[in-house]
Amino acid sequence: MSVSITVGAYGVAFGAAAVANGFTVLQSCLLSLLTFSGASQFAVIGVIGAGGSAISGIATASLLGVRNALYGVIMAPRLQVKGIKRVIAAQITIDESTGVALGQEQRGVDAMRKGFWYTGIGVFVFWNLFTLAGALGAQAMGDVRAFGLDSAVPAAFLGLVWPRLTGNFERALAIGCAIFAIAMTPILPAGLPIIATAFIAIAVGLKR
Amino acid sequence: MTTLWAATLGTSLVAFLLKYSGHSVPERWLSHPKIQRINAFIPIALLSALVAVQSFSQKTQLMIDQRLVGLCVAIAALLLKAPFPVVVLSAAVSSAAVYNWL
Repeated sequence: MSVSITVGAYGVAFGAAAVANGFTVLQSCLLSLLTFSGASQFAVIGVIGAGGSAISGIATASLLGVRNALYGVIMAPRLQVKGIKRVIAAQITIDESTGVALGQEQRGVDAMRKGFWYTGIGVFVFWNLFTLAGALGAQAMGDVRAFGLDSAVPAAFLGLVWPRLTGNFERALAIGCAIFAIAMTPILPAGLPIIATAFIAIAVGLKR
Repeated sequence: MTTLWAATLGTSLVAFLLKYSGHSVPERWLSHPKIQRINAFIPIALLSALVAVQSFSQKTQLMIDQRLVGLCVAIAALLLKAPFPVVVLSAAVSSAAVYNWL
């Protein structure tokens, strides 16, 4: 439950940021309903808002969505679902539902399933309601800079990346990629400096 | 179809296919340690790049404006272990203050 409420706050930030980056209220809500993966959604609106093409936006969001596939690999043997239930399980396979399920591992597979479904569905409901609220709020604002929304977006990204910076290596990678993206911004078309950092991550991961 | 609609629907389609594929492929395909490590690094790289680009650029031009203040306040809030809503809100309020009154 506490996870669901925290997610509501992210949802407001997403809805507002999406509208601030030029998406309509309908498009913002569809992203939350259909994409339903916070980091990917923030990425696509961020890249498009910075002037990137649709392909750059989709590519960046999809690279961030790869981790959901890995969560699915972990969850599938424990959920044992088929057909429409598997489609629904796939849609709610995200950071929060997988995290809560894995937290219940010692209490058995039933507790894991319960954790997965309750968290996934709870987050889905809250995320979508609060996206709508945030999008409508931003639409009513007019000049989003006067309300600081142009800073809320990078702050949201920072809040998403911060818990992942668990060691010096991760921190160095983050700072390196930030500097690289800024240095490439005047040179490459919008969106590409961001995607290019994924290749840095792949190269570093293969080598280390 | 406009860029915004293409981005909305394209992102959604790929996001679902990725999630569904995870539920459908054998576990050993994706459990390789290198894949796991790359999977941990990609969000760090992309999200850091997004923080930087969203804070210091307008299209393909670099610029420093009220967003720098918001970013510094957000970093301070995170160092003080503030929860996510406080981080975003304090960044927005400080940036708006600079934009409106300076």
